[in-house]
Amino acid sequence: MTDTLLLISLCAVAATATAAVLVRDPARQALVLSVLGLALAVLFTVLQAPDVALSQLAVGSALTPLLILLSVRKVRRRGRREEDGR
Amino acid sequence: MSRRLRMWILAVGALGFAALFCAACPRLPAFGGDSHPYGERAVRAALAHRTANVVAAVNFDQRAFDTLGEESILFASVLGTVVLLRQTREEREVPPAPARVPLPVRRYALLLLPVALVVGLYVVAHGQLSPGGGFQGGVVVATALHLLYIGADYRALERVRPVGVYEIGDAAGEGAYLVLGLAGLVAGSSFLANTVIGYGTFNTLASGGIVPLLNMTVGMEVACAVVVLLARFLDQAVEIEEESGR
Repeated sequence: MTDTLLLISLCAVAATATAAVLVRDPARQALVLSVLGLALAVLFTVLQAPDVALSQLAVGSALTPLLILLSVRKVRRRGRREEDGR
Repeated sequence: MSRRLRMWILAVGALGFAALFCAACPRLPAFGGDSHPYGERAVRAALAHRTANVVAAVNFDQRAFDTLGEESILFASVLGTVVLLRQTREEREVPPAPARVPLPVRRYALLLLPVALVVGLYVVAHGQLSPGGGFQGGVVVATALHLLYIGADYRALERVRPVGVYEIGDAAGEGAYLVLGLAGLVAGSSFLANTVIGYGTFNTLASGGIVPLLNMTVGMEVACAVVVLLARFLDQAVEIEEESGR
């Protein structure tokens, strides 16, 4: 039972991590990264490391995607202004 | 550097890593075994100081100095971000227009805000008893505040979040950790030694000696640091614009 759970969560991590690399749009990448954080949190919980899982959930699924989205917004805003100025 | 040369360097690096990795693997303990020499010693040391969460005992008692280093890394990186993302002379602040928030989003965000805040504080307060602790709870508290940005708008968030107070809180959290460490030195043993106060009763909030205190300082530092970090990013993304015509 535990082995099955472990296998499923390992496969989920591998799949979402590959997806995070293959998606090229940064805004979408942030969302995939958040799903990857969730998959990693599940994997850590299955491996009986709830402390690490909590950190992963808070930082990997919430904070990092948020920072990426904010950076994307800043860059896009600057691009739009430059287009207007021309 | 040509593409061919780069591929050769990559191949050499990958082969070297593969060889060392394969050589190291046979010496590893088997996956998922029930006995682990370090684990057994850590559990014994945690129980001796009546700390129920062994991970908290490792972080704030047995390896408290490492945690000071980690806390300082966060402190320094947030400080660096504040310096890098400050408003420069060519930039001006444009107050953002109030945003229209769909009613369901507003309702759920404002409903979840107090729940997330309490969960975060609970995770900080019970760090010595159950999984979690200052770092995890601090991040939850800080991100919970930002549900206000999703549920209302940036001005509402700015009203409940005076960044200056959080900057002081960040520094105070970092400083309090050092002071608690020095208290160990003054009490006659060593820096960050868990001998300052009694160990309390096992599995209650007041247990583990200075573990819950160090945990609180880390919680305060992390919550304030994340708020300051997000504030700088939000300022850049929402408010600060480059001066045109330069």
